[in-house]
Amino acid sequence: MRSLRPSGLSTQALLSLFFVVVSLLFLFPIYALILASFRPGRDLIRFGITAKTLVPRGFVLTYLANVLHSGTYGIWIRNSVVLVVAQTTLSLLFCSMVGYGLGVYEFKGKKLVLSLMLLVMMVPLQILILPLYNLLIFFKSMNTFRGIMFPFIVSPFSIFFFRQFVLGIPLDFVDAGRIDGLSEGGIYLRIMAPLMAPAFGAMAILGALQSWNNFLWPLIVMRTKEMFTLPVGLATLLTPYGNNYDMLISGSVMATIPIIIIFFFFQRYFIAGLTTGGIKG
Amino acid sequence: MRRSIGSGRFAPYLFVLPFILSFLLFYFYPLVSTVLMSFQEIIPGQSHFIGLLNYERLFNPSMYKAIWNSFRYTVFTILILIPIPILLAVMLNNPGNPASAVFRGALFIPTLVSVVVAGTIIRLLFAGSPSAIVNSLLGPFGVKPMDWLIGNSTSAMILLVGMATWRWTGVNIIYFLSGLQNISRDLYEAANIDGASAWYRLFRITIPLLKPTIIFVTTISVFGGFAMFEESYILWSGNSGGGSPNNVGLTMVGYIYLKGFQGGAMGLGSAIGLILLLIVLAVSIIQLNLFGFFKKEDG
Repeated sequence: MRSLRPSGLSTQALLSLFFVVVSLLFLFPIYALILASFRPGRDLIRFGITAKTLVPRGFVLTYLANVLHSGTYGIWIRNSVVLVVAQTTLSLLFCSMVGYGLGVYEFKGKKLVLSLMLLVMMVPLQILILPLYNLLIFFKSMNTFRGIMFPFIVSPFSIFFFRQFVLGIPLDFVDAGRIDGLSEGGIYLRIMAPLMAPAFGAMAILGALQSWNNFLWPLIVMRTKEMFTLPVGLATLLTPYGNNYDMLISGSVMATIPIIIIFFFFQRYFIAGLTTGGIKG
Repeated sequence: MRRSIGSGRFAPYLFVLPFILSFLLFYFYPLVSTVLMSFQEIIPGQSHFIGLLNYERLFNPSMYKAIWNSFRYTVFTILILIPIPILLAVMLNNPGNPASAVFRGALFIPTLVSVVVAGTIIRLLFAGSPSAIVNSLLGPFGVKPMDWLIGNSTSAMILLVGMATWRWTGVNIIYFLSGLQNISRDLYEAANIDGASAWYRLFRITIPLLKPTIIFVTTISVFGGFAMFEESYILWSGNSGGGSPNNVGLTMVGYIYLKGFQGGAMGLGSAIGLILLLIVLAVSIIQLNLFGFFKKEDG
């Protein structure tokens, strides 16, 4: 039988070679960043990353260590971690609830809710930053964690994802819960939520990544150094006259490596989170 | 057909309540408020309506520049970030080969990098000194060392689009791979029996059947492209494109930021935002029409 694709050994080998080259090209900037963190920042600001930078000369962690000892930097990481945990938790709670409600029940106004969600997805959030900024001032929430989190906790994308997932679960489970005398909330919490675990996993990973890398809104909301998140703090170090390149580079490494490690363990969830929700629209 | 459950009179409403509240407070109210602001001169305590003045003020070279830059950036990213990921996805769509999962992972990793970090790396790799890595690699090919970021507007646009390519190729590959999995293998088998070439299979089977995914990726690319701001904010240290050559980094969202936040002209900023909304919706509708998205396909 003929195989589906031209899979002579040499074609396969050429293809693999091609992808090795492309993969190295895509990973090169991250490699360069890591090696740059072993070099003094004053060289980087003058020459950029040079051929010399890219030759590993043993791990010189002095610059990294310096950064970890500087006070503000630790605060930025702490802020980012607190935000990721709080925002992801609240977002999972509310989005799964709404997605569940839309997936299981038939009720008056359901069509309207679904259309409103589409509407929200059609409006680029960037055009709402001015009125949202006014809203935060009104609620005295500038420069606070809640100011960063609240407008974006209930994400239509995430709701759709949960709904799609719930649509795949047989309603017999809900009936069984009713027969056992559970309340509607009880059915959700005790029976359905555990069945939705894969959806929670995918949305937790994706939500946490977005929250960790979130930039524009925290840049607007956070006004003082002690409240900056890691990306906002790092961005303040990116000035042409900056003398903080040690901190910038090491901080960039610290912002990136943990995510890559997490990715290695949860690759499946990342990909599920990206592919299940949107495509069939 | 899925059975529906109607019992529990307010239970469904309690479940969707978080969305309703969030919608009213964080989407609906801001949308109405920004429309109103766009007709106002906003001065704390004494805002007043000025009719269409904010919109008239938008007929200026900076606004044209911002629209043009956002438009160009969107077109370039679509021209690169659709065909290339399709080809790579087709080549990776080989579940039998364990290496393809590794390559997929490697190409996805740049997506995890925050825009701040990505911008920092790009600035260092494309630094202006002759010994910076990109300049020194291009030297032997007769390219004179240049300051990519601030040297000229073409190289600056190359960096913006290059950064998008680096960060988003992996995600688009994932989208196209998942689209490819919906294409029945039988079709390829039949084509093989007919002796179809690889090109024939690509253009007559793969691409037509990937159409829903292509529409999806194009739509999110239009939204993402026109909403671009952070990339140029990072590359040119936050002066909303002001530090970029020939203002190439000034995008529409950058212009909102410049006028609304840095200039304190909330009314004008709102007007820019609404023009942006209209452009994005118009482009999406034109694009979906071109793809025949609105045609009924049942028959």
